[in-house]
Amino acid sequence: MAQRQSFQIGTGLFILLGFAALAYLATQTTSLANYRQGDSYTLKARFTNIGQLKLRAPVKVAGVRVGSVSEIVLEPDKLDALVSLSVDKRFDKIPDDSAAAVFTSGLLGDQYISLQPGGSPDMFKNNDEVVLTQSSMQLEELIGKYLVGSDSGKAGDKNAPAQPASTPPADKSTKPQEK
Amino acid sequence: MNAVRKEPSRFMMGIAQIGACGIFLLQILRAIPASLRHIGETARQVWFVGAMSLVIIMTCGLFVGMVLGLQLYYVLSIFGGTAALGTVVSLSLYRELGPVVTALLFAGRAGTSITAEIGLMRATDQLDAMEMMAVDPLAFVVAPRFIAGIIAMPILACVFNVMGIFGAHLVGVSWLGLDNGTFWSNMTSSVDVWKDVINGLWKSLAFGVVCALIATFQGYTTAPTSEGVAYATTRTVVFSSIATLAIDFVMTAFLM
Repeated sequence: MAQRQSFQIGTGLFILLGFAALAYLATQTTSLANYRQGDSYTLKARFTNIGQLKLRAPVKVAGVRVGSVSEIVLEPDKLDALVSLSVDKRFDKIPDDSAAAVFTSGLLGDQYISLQPGGSPDMFKNNDEVVLTQSSMQLEELIGKYLVGSDSGKAGDKNAPAQPASTPPADKSTKPQEK
Repeated sequence: MNAVRKEPSRFMMGIAQIGACGIFLLQILRAIPASLRHIGETARQVWFVGAMSLVIIMTCGLFVGMVLGLQLYYVLSIFGGTAALGTVVSLSLYRELGPVVTALLFAGRAGTSITAEIGLMRATDQLDAMEMMAVDPLAFVVAPRFIAGIIAMPILACVFNVMGIFGAHLVGVSWLGLDNGTFWSNMTSSVDVWKDVINGLWKSLAFGVVCALIATFQGYTTAPTSEGVAYATTRTVVFSSIATLAIDFVMTAFLM
């Protein structure tokens, strides 16, 4: 009987080890690790484009995490993204003219919201709105702008009425190459 | 009536084996309520099947994690993305390698011992003796091992994952000089509890059912000779491995 007892203790320990391992995996290595439900206050910010910003994305000041994104909704009339930031109560000295921007960590990393401190003597309070916002920088948009921008520049050169006088010499010089 | 009974083809025999295995599963499920009276026996089997496999699982988990750390560091450094090492290692461990490698090791370490034990009981007529004494061998011998396999597999997979993360951390952070904070914060920001950790747990649960079923079935239906037991043990490893990898594919496709 004593032997059976020791087996049961060993089995119990083994199962507890399993739960401990699962708890470790679930709480320390996943997004739950960032999910600390401490005292926090909420700020709101409107963005015209939030890119790939997700719920629970970090909110950082000077690169240090101070909170997370708690809600993302679309405002039906303005068609802006209204993002709620829940910021840790410990960081209550953020000037109320600070700016919020959607940044990407690294070139291909996750997106986060960076608060750039302003100089106002008043601090953010619960449910304040961050007025100065900068939308997410879209790589596609940048590339598109660059391509279209250079295209339209060439097109403008050709179609502009003032240009023909100056272009023929250029045309002449390029013609041999074209033919 | 056929005057000469034709030998069934290998293919048909394979089908018959699968059918017999399914019927055996139903028989075990029916015997489980009766086996709950021998709950101490189940606990003992969890110890033998699970806790005794801890050493091999932990060692292999550590090495798999270390290898992943090295290999992925090399691959990621080509793209300048070594910061994502923690993410990539943990995702590949939780979603794929943890459950699968644990199941393969489990089939080799615990599945074979279950098959050999039950097979030798069959070969030495112990199972028949139990039936003579009105003890259902399914409830007293098979079901406890079956349940123990199902309980042990997810636990072992979790332990494997933890050791794998430690191994990757050892290689990536301690040896190759990745930043500790980057390693963990990238991991925590992109690994999801439900989609990755629990998803892998479902897989290992399914592998537990399959491996325990194959091991007990092969042992229970072995030819009662020493050669038969040897064949049955081999078949346990082969079939468990094939079934694990096949089910892994199907579950990955559905759980993605």
